[in-house]
Amino acid sequence: MEAPKDIRRVIWASSLGTLIEWYDFYIFGSLATVIATQFFPKTNPTAALLSVLATFAAGFIVRPFGALVFGRIGDLVGRKYTFLLTLLIMGGSTFAIGLVPGYDSIGAAAPIIVLLLRLLQGLALGGEYGGAATYVAEHAPPGRRGFHTSWIQTTATLGLFVSLGVILITRHVLDPDPAASIAKFNAWGWRIPFLVSIVLVGVSVYIRLRMNESPLFAKLKKEGGTSTNPLKESFTKKRNLRMVLLALFGATMGQGVVWYTGQFYAQSFLENTCKLDFDQSRTILIWAILFATPFFVVFGALSDRVGRKWIMLAGMLLAVVSYRPLFKEMQRSTVQAVQLNAATDIPSPSPVRVDHPSVKVDAPTYWKLVGIVFILILYVTMVYGPIAAFLVELFPTRIRYTSMSLPYHIGNGVFGGLTPFIATLLTTMRQGDVLVGLWYPIGIAALCFIIGAVYINEPTGKNA
Amino acid sequence: MDQLKRYLGIVWMLLGPAALFTLSDIAVNEIGKDPSLDRMIQWGVFVVVFVPIGIGLVIFGWYAYTGAYAPDGTDPSTE
Repeated sequence: MEAPKDIRRVIWASSLGTLIEWYDFYIFGSLATVIATQFFPKTNPTAALLSVLATFAAGFIVRPFGALVFGRIGDLVGRKYTFLLTLLIMGGSTFAIGLVPGYDSIGAAAPIIVLLLRLLQGLALGGEYGGAATYVAEHAPPGRRGFHTSWIQTTATLGLFVSLGVILITRHVLDPDPAASIAKFNAWGWRIPFLVSIVLVGVSVYIRLRMNESPLFAKLKKEGGTSTNPLKESFTKKRNLRMVLLALFGATMGQGVVWYTGQFYAQSFLENTCKLDFDQSRTILIWAILFATPFFVVFGALSDRVGRKWIMLAGMLLAVVSYRPLFKEMQRSTVQAVQLNAATDIPSPSPVRVDHPSVKVDAPTYWKLVGIVFILILYVTMVYGPIAAFLVELFPTRIRYTSMSLPYHIGNGVFGGLTPFIATLLTTMRQGDVLVGLWYPIGIAALCFIIGAVYINEPTGKNA
Repeated sequence: MDQLKRYLGIVWMLLGPAALFTLSDIAVNEIGKDPSLDRMIQWGVFVVVFVPIGIGLVIFGWYAYTGAYAPDGTDPSTE
């Protein structure tokens, strides 16, 4: 097994690259509104936003294809070169999005190019995660896989954190006058977070080039034990397919919706339903992420001691029972704070409308909202912290990259990635109940909890 | 527990087609209300993406029903 210094280097190199991939992927989503005005016809803002959300979803939907394409390469050629390739594709696509002229300049070509680049991003992300998780797990001793892979698990959240941070900073440094700075950001400054990516990717590629191939895969290859057709072996053999389906319906499906509800729908809810100020909604998420991120490692390490299954399922169950009260409280707190502010600052008898375009809440309410979003992300850490080790241990080394990547990306990309979209759509279908969108993640997480509780047998770590 | 796994397998086998039927029904209704290209693309993507997942749920149910998720990890069925 690896010396402690070596395993730390492995974790660092893998995590940094994966973090950058998530950063690249999320700046697009975080800038959805700005991108809509740049690349899609402005006649109908809702249509423009939906178009960009559809593009966002397209990014997620191609992720399973990326999992198949790069998972296969990873099981045939090796983990190291495959996740180097995904990093280059992701970095190149992100950088290129920052260079595409707007709809006003080149017309319909602009959204088409952006859509194609977005699809490339999704494809690359589909190949990255499975490679990084497998690479780290195959360096780690079996009893410490949860702990070691949990560092990879922090990267998705930290990628979001970095993307939000870069966007906020860029938005406020383009001009001494805040309003002028935001105007410049909306006009051209939004390109900077995309362009910055190339530097980050360059650093990560350099670090990864110096790493060795996974020892388990290298040994398998030397012995001639690698699979000749990982796709066929993964998805047509019942012995393996049943575990792929269990991984999807008993773990990743619920994990995906909990992840995206906590980190994306919460932000969308604060901004669109509670009408919270752009900066406040983002800084609330940033604080909550900052406080909650260490718990990925806590729950990953805990899963080495008590098993992965019940930690993940407990996160899902907590989400199922508490989502509606927590989101209700978010909305109630915002309404109260706005009414209180109005009563103090503007002594007007007219009722205060909560759908004010940009509501700012006072400090106690702000920190209360941070606390609620922290709880939502804590659930994320429970379901997501141990899942890399769980997936890695379900499948044998020879087809591990392919087998674990597909259920992960269907769970996260399709079930999870579509959460903000489906939830928003439900809200438009049944107006009057602002919490109606939550039934989608609640239903999926509840189903996943039942399947996981009944069908997952622990211990699963027998395929080292 | 083994019996429960098998009986629930029937539920998953029924749930797959039921979910797809419901999704398709909602899609047709929603597109009927607003037959714009945006709306058709959104619902078309949902249906196309969830069809293989629904089929996967049926296969999962079948495996469960035939005892492929037995606690000892053995698979009593032929490959």
